[in-house]
Parts: sequence; C-alpha cells; structure tokens
Amino acid sequence: MSDAALAAMPGGQIVVSEVPPPSIPGPGVAEPPSRSPETREPQGADTPASAVAPMRVVGQPVAHHDFIEKVKGSILYAADWELPGMLYGRVVRATVSSARIVSIYTEKARALRGVAAVLTGEDVPSNQLVEQSAGGFGELLVAMPILARDRVRYAGEPIALVAAETQQIADDAAELVQVEYEELPGVFDPGAALLPGAPLVHDDGNVLTSWHIQRGDAQAALAAADVVIEGEYRTQHAEHASLEPEAGVGWIENDVVTLRVSTQIIEHATQIAEILKLPVNKVRVIAAYMGGSFGGKEGMTVEPYLALLVWKTRRPVRMIWSRQESILASTKGHPFIMRYRTGATNDGRIVAQDIDLIGDAGAYPYKSARVMFYAAALSCGPYFTPNVSVRSRAVFTNNVPTSAFRGFGARQVTLGYESQMDRLAETLAMDKADVRRRNFLHKGDVIPTGETLETAVAVGETLERALARLEEPSAPSGPSKRVGRGFACNMQPYGRTVWFPDSASAWLSIQADGTLLIRSGVADVGGGQAASLCQIASEILGVSLERISVYIGDTALTPPAGGTFATRVLYMSGNAIMQAALKLRGLVAPVAAEALGCPVAEVVFEDGRVKAAGKSASGGAPEEGISLGELVRLCEARSVDPTTLYVFHPDAKRRGFDTETGQGASFPDYSYGTHAAEVEVDLETGEVEVLKYATCHDVGRAINPLRVEGQMQGGAMQGLGYALMEEINLDEGKIASSLLADYLIPTSDDMPDVMADIVESGEGKGPMNARGIGEAVIGNAAPTIANAVADAIGFRPTQLPITPERVLALLDAADGISASGSVSSVPGASW
Amino acid sequence: MSLQQVTLQVNGVAHEISVAPDALLLDALHDQLGFKDVRYGCGEGVCGTCTVLLDGEAVSSCLVYAVQVEFREITTLAGLLGEDESLHPLQETFLRLGGTQCGFCTPGVILTAYSLAQRTPRPTREEIRYELGGSLCRCTGYTKILDAVESYLEDRAFASEEARS
Repeated sequence: MSDAALAAMPGGQIVVSEVPPPSIPGPGVAEPPSRSPETREPQGADTPASAVAPMRVVGQPVAHHDFIEKVKGSILYAADWELPGMLYGRVVRATVSSARIVSIYTEKARALRGVAAVLTGEDVPSNQLVEQSAGGFGELLVAMPILARDRVRYAGEPIALVAAETQQIADDAAELVQVEYEELPGVFDPGAALLPGAPLVHDDGNVLTSWHIQRGDAQAALAAADVVIEGEYRTQHAEHASLEPEAGVGWIENDVVTLRVSTQIIEHATQIAEILKLPVNKVRVIAAYMGGSFGGKEGMTVEPYLALLVWKTRRPVRMIWSRQESILASTKGHPFIMRYRTGATNDGRIVAQDIDLIGDAGAYPYKSARVMFYAAALSCGPYFTPNVSVRSRAVFTNNVPTSAFRGFGARQVTLGYESQMDRLAETLAMDKADVRRRNFLHKGDVIPTGETLETAVAVGETLERALARLEEPSAPSGPSKRVGRGFACNMQPYGRTVWFPDSASAWLSIQADGTLLIRSGVADVGGGQAASLCQIASEILGVSLERISVYIGDTALTPPAGGTFATRVLYMSGNAIMQAALKLRGLVAPVAAEALGCPVAEVVFEDGRVKAAGKSASGGAPEEGISLGELVRLCEARSVDPTTLYVFHPDAKRRGFDTETGQGASFPDYSYGTHAAEVEVDLETGEVEVLKYATCHDVGRAINPLRVEGQMQGGAMQGLGYALMEEINLDEGKIASSLLADYLIPTSDDMPDVMADIVESGEGKGPMNARGIGEAVIGNAAPTIANAVADAIGFRPTQLPITPERVLALLDAADGISASGSVSSVPGASW
Repeated sequence: MSLQQVTLQVNGVAHEISVAPDALLLDALHDQLGFKDVRYGCGEGVCGTCTVLLDGEAVSSCLVYAVQVEFREITTLAGLLGEDESLHPLQETFLRLGGTQCGFCTPGVILTAYSLAQRTPRPTREEIRYELGGSLCRCTGYTKILDAVESYLEDRAFASEEARS
C-alpha cells in the first residue's frame, strides 16, 4: 500500500511524536496510523510523555538501606542464619519419572552415625497439598503429596527427608535410603498427553484446565479477512537460576515452628500448618532478603521439609538445596506450543485472532492453571482485536513441574503475537512499526476479555523511543555475517487476577526521636520492594531515608502484605504505605497546627520537622517549626497515637468472569513496553551476536529511576538468555544435566549494554500513578531477537532458544529449498 | 576423617580452626568462621558468588580446600571496608550507580573488579566485561555493574593524574 493510499484513508487520527521515525526495517517515513471508525471510536492522547510533576524524594535515584548492606556484603540471606545445635537437612528424591513405589527402606540411613531423623510420607501428618483452584474451566483439583508414598510422577519428586549433624552425613544418609520402583509408562510431551490412550499422570485426566476467550466471531472474520497468517511457535523449559539457591533455617520458639527462608510468600504459613496439622498461629514464616527468585520461590521450596524436620527433631535445622538439586527438581518456566491464525485487512488492520496454547504443566498443578490464564488473556498483545477465539490448556506430563516464572505466561505469548505482527507486515510489504501503530490499543479500548482499558496505553511512545535508541545501522563485520534488526512490543498485567480478593497492609509509627518505623509483610526479592515503601513514606512524611527503618516479611510481627508475585507489591503495598502515611499525617497534623499556631491545612512535613506553610501570613510559629520528636511528645500529652495501620483494598471489579466465554473481569491494569535490537548472525556458525539492545517501558511514574532502570536492564538480560541460550533439556522426563555449567545464562561478556529508557505517562494505578514493572520487562526480548534474526537471514526462528544449531538448521533448510528451485521470496516462510 | 588444625589469614586476622582435609574453603569461611559475604551459589566454580581474593587474586572458594591456603592472605568483601566500616571507593560507586540488586553476587563482583583494578591501571570497558565473565548476575543485566567499575577506575585515574600534576 502506498503512502498516498494510506493518507487517503478515512478516519485517520494522527499521533504526533517528537521522536524521529524508525530506521528499521526498510525505507520510508513513518506513516500516520489509521483507525477504523467502524470498529471503535478514536481515543484521546495516550502518551502525555513524562507528564509527572517532580517530587522531593520519589523520583530520585537514591540508595537505600538494602543497597548499603549489599555493597558491604553484610546482608544476611536465608542460608546465613545459624543456631546452636543446628542440624542439616536433605531431601531424598525419585530417580525415575513414572513409577509405583514398591518399598522405601530407611534402616541403613537411620543407622548412620550422626543421623537425627529419616522421614517418609508415613511421618507427615497431612501428606498432601491441594493447589487452590484458579477458577478455570473444568479445572482438576489434584493433591500433591509432600513426600511420595506409592506413586512417583516425575524424576526429582521428594520421597524422604534426612536430618543429620553435618551436611556431609545428611548427604551420605540420603544415598542410603533405598527405594524400590516398579516403573510405569510415562508421558513427556504435552501433545502426546492429549492423545486418547495416553498414560494418565493423574487419574482424573491429563488436562489440568482449559481457558477459553471468545469475543466476536473469529472464524467468520478470518474467513472474510484479506490475509491470514498462520504460525506455530515453541518455547522451552526455563530455569530461574537465582544466584541464591532455595534455602532456609527452621527452629521451634515458644512452641511455634519458625522458618526463616528465602520465599516470595510468607503466607505459606497456612499450608505449612495444614501439613503439620497445627493451628496456623503455631507456624511463623520470616522472609529473609532474597538473592533473587523470579517466580522460582513463589511456591514453597524448602518450607514443608524444614518444618517437618524441625517438628520431628525439635532441633534447629538448616536446608540448602544444592545448585544441582535446584536445577533437577525446582519448578521451571513453562514450555509452550502456540498456534496462531491472525486475520487482517490489506491495510494491516487486525480483524481476528484464533489462538491455541498448550503449556506443559509437568506432574503437578502448582501455578500452571493461572499461568495459562495469563497466556490466554494476553495472547493478542497490545493490539485492538475485535474478534478473538483463544483456547489455552495446562497439560500434565511426567516432566518436572512448571510454575511461576517472571512474565507468567504473558512472557511466552509475546513470541507468538510479535512474530505474527512481523509476518503480517512482511506479507503486506508494510513497515513493521506501522503495522503495529495501526493496531495499538488505546485508553478506552475494549480488550479480548471484554474489559475497557482505564489508563494510558503509551506503547506507541515506547516503540518510537526504543527504535530511536538503535541509531545508525552497523555494517556486517565479515563476508559470512548478516546484520538484522528487530523489535517487539508487549503488555503485562500488574496486580493479581481480580477474582482473587486482594489486600495489603502497612503499619507506620513516628518514634520518640522523630525517626520512622515501617512494618509491612512484603518479601523483598531483591527488586527494592522494601526500599520503595521507604521512599514513598519519606515523600509524604518528610523524614529522610536514613531516619526510616523498615521491617518486612514476618507472619508474627508484620501486618500481612499478600506476597511478592504478580508484580503486585508496588501497586498494593505501595498504595497501602502511601495511604498509611497520609492517614498518619492527618492524625498528627492537628496537634502540629495547634503548636505552630496555624491552620491544619498549612502544616507541612519536611526535613524531619513540621512547619507552617503560611507562616508569614499567620505570623505565629518560628520558621523552623518543630521536630517530629517534639511533635510525638505533644501527641502523647494529648493522647494522640502517632501510629497507624492502613489496609489497602483495590477497587474490586465484582462483575465476575465467565469461564466458557472468557468474558469478565481479569486484571487491575497493565504495563506496556518495546524492546529493539540489532544482531549479527554468522552464516557459517549460526551464532547470533547481539550488537545493540534497547528497552523502553511506561512505568507511570518511576519511584526510583535507578531501580527502575535496573529492573528494565536485568529483565532484558534474563530475556536475552531465554531467547538465545537457556534451555533445560529433558530425556523421558530426566534432566540431562543438573550442572549450572550446562545451563548457560548470560555473562557480562555475552551481551552488550542494555540501553534503558523510562517513559512516565503519569497514569498508573500504583502510588503516585506508578505502574508495576517487575515482570513487564522480560517478555519482549525473545520476539525482539527472533525478529532481528529473521531480518538478518530471511528465515524465521520459531523455537526458543535460538541456538547456533537451530539457526544453522534454518539456513540448511533454506539451502534445500534453494536447491530444489522453489525458494520463497517471503522471509519467514521457512516454516 | 581426622581433622586438621589450620590457620586461615582472613582480612588481616589469623583464625585457627579444625577442618577435615576435604573441607572446602567456602564452608570453612561461611560456616565455621562466619564470613557470610562468601556465599554458596553453585559449587562448580561457575557462578562466582563464593569469590575471595587469595593473595590478591580472585578465586572461587568452592574449588579450594581450606588446608591448601594456610598462611595465604584471604580477603573477603568485608576486608575492603575501611575504619568504622566505611565503604571503599569501589563500593561507593556500586552504591551510587546501582550496581547491585538482590546483592547475592555483589561480593564476588566487587572483589573481581577490585583485583582487576589492582593489576591494571586503566582497563577498557571491554576488558572489564571480560574480567567479570566469571561473576554471574541474574538481576542487573550487568550494565550498571560495568558503569560502576568504569566510573571507579575513571575517578581513580583522574585522582592519580591530579596527584602527579
């Protein structure tokens, strides 16, 4: 389609951008996006770029308490706790993928000197854990044993526990536990697991749940579409590979089973109590500052095993999973099989998506049902799609269980929809950025679940900025090298699925000396969860960061915050602390006003003091006001408590969700972004070198730009590993290598610097209009690289990771087609 | 297995401990002597979180037996701190430029960078990138780590030029 033809189209709304048009791919000036008035109303501006008013602490790139402890090396992680008489724990795991357990013989292990306990399923008071239903269609409720007694469903499944005087003795004893198996047929591919007659992983069937989203009439729209793009894409088992392995120390204190562990969710105390058949108030979970998690510590890891060993031995126990145990048995990110049929008009407007998603859940539910809901709900990406038909299934296999992994299903589908967008552009010979501009969602648009977007959709701004960061194209470094560019846009929810009631509490107190104390039950995974609370409280109460202490993650002592997952902490606990600080200010301001001789409305909180803003008018109080310590004393004299608890409940969308049509309320809000890359592909070796990489996301408002950039750069890097290097290889359910040396994650020497560009639309549902950003930042990387490789070599990778072997296979297949004289002129037609 | 007496010289202080001949330096430092800035990450010598300086050279303490390093100078990250636990200028730049997130890799990263800075007056960003290849970080994407190391080296070079002139 020509520029003239585009310009002549009716109903065009021109989005003006200050950023020059993108240089990729191909020639041409950025064309104004056109919108069809038949499908939706044109909307107002989405991108009031960086439209946030400056604040005094929020928005500053300040270092916090946790950073200081970290650069000193003095912060204590879960493995760093020691108690007198501490034992060392070890899990005995299944060595086969699918079997009946004939017998478990523990006598030799028990007889080893220094062994304090050997436990099997018989010793577990309530030997099952049932994952709370996600609410999916036909969802199975499957009990997972804490320690397998009669049936093994994956290699690595826990069967017995050992506690001993030293780690060496515990490890030796674990070797002495003898398990006799009668091996059973297993199923290791989710496609095979769906076939009639496939071995059943669980008696009720191999489909954990099936989500459906139906909007409009996708089949009719596809039949009427000018062009239909069909594609299949696959992702791999991915390891979180937090540098800190799963770890913790447990003990009994005041008759309470107490665990100090590396966990995203201290609320697991409830499940631990169920397993031990104890009242919930007899289990206490403390979350140490974590050495990373990325979803890998969202489910319980060491907790039930530590709790059982502590409860049985009545002694402190430490358990650290070795790296190899972690790779062998920890939950993984889901492999997906994604089939897309995308219908569009000749001018590049999407009319329909027909999408089928299959996720390998492995042997037990964990969060698979929820992951596949995220995948379904986000499968059309940040594009207006009037007709949608999605089916998304979580399928049991005898592989290692899969669960939460940064991006949570929305990560995988970006490869699907962004590969499809590039192919649509290629098929229509359109500019790839233009095709996206033409279809971007805008505030007020209706998404596939039937909901209306309530905040700005600044994805267009992120696209322009990310592309601009690549600057001039690089020349290939040799005759066998090809340079290509790619980019990918995304959207990712922040906050829990709204049909789960959610709340977060924060407690604040001004101490006698004017310092501030925060208590909040958040777990800090390393992303600054605690620090952002301090920064928000500092902004509102005018207390400097050095004079704020924050206590987090303790079911006994901190008010519940609900867990660190679903990019919910800034949104939920950030709002809670903001409201708590405002409430506290409201409590003490009248006392201050009285002392300062000014109206309450004129009391300002700054520099650790309260002052009268309209001092010259009222003429009363001294300019320096009074210190917060003095204010506390005045409050005490008036029986005003300078302490407050606030419980934040987000606006509940109570209109429900229809699991047959997929229409209803899903997520509170979304974050949007674009990544762009330039790569060089070596046609002889298949190696892909990333030359330039840019990430740009709308964060609403950056509470701490240093930390936001860090999230963006780190998420991009983790995504690059996922795109190019990382894969857990399984052979009949057994992990081929449990060495970190064989699970390649990016090193500093593997990838270029990540250029980060923050967009602040000033619209988000978090505190001060912030958006959650922890998960949004990873999903774009894989399609960005896939699109760049396709641009470089003319053939499209559709399976992750894009290893040299896979690139060579694409090139070899292309050679074969060439030799037979039927080479396709359309890049990406190789599959 | 019989225990052996060894003297480990850590951050300028001699510690006498009993260890098995196959006890790893990592475990002796972390579990026996309480140096919690030396951290287990993989046990394969791949990740770098257990890095210490051995006579100034960065090594993975999970690949060294405690009995091998008697009387050699062992430095952990805490050993870079000055009087009253004041931060080393390299730690200051990590703090200022956000070269840490979860912090688990940070001791190994800073010690490796420190070792490079001791050997080489003014390494390029690419040399820093290569040198830090054995210190995995899963959070930062490395960009801010490289920024911090580079900034420290620039400041140091500037300071020494100032001193000369």
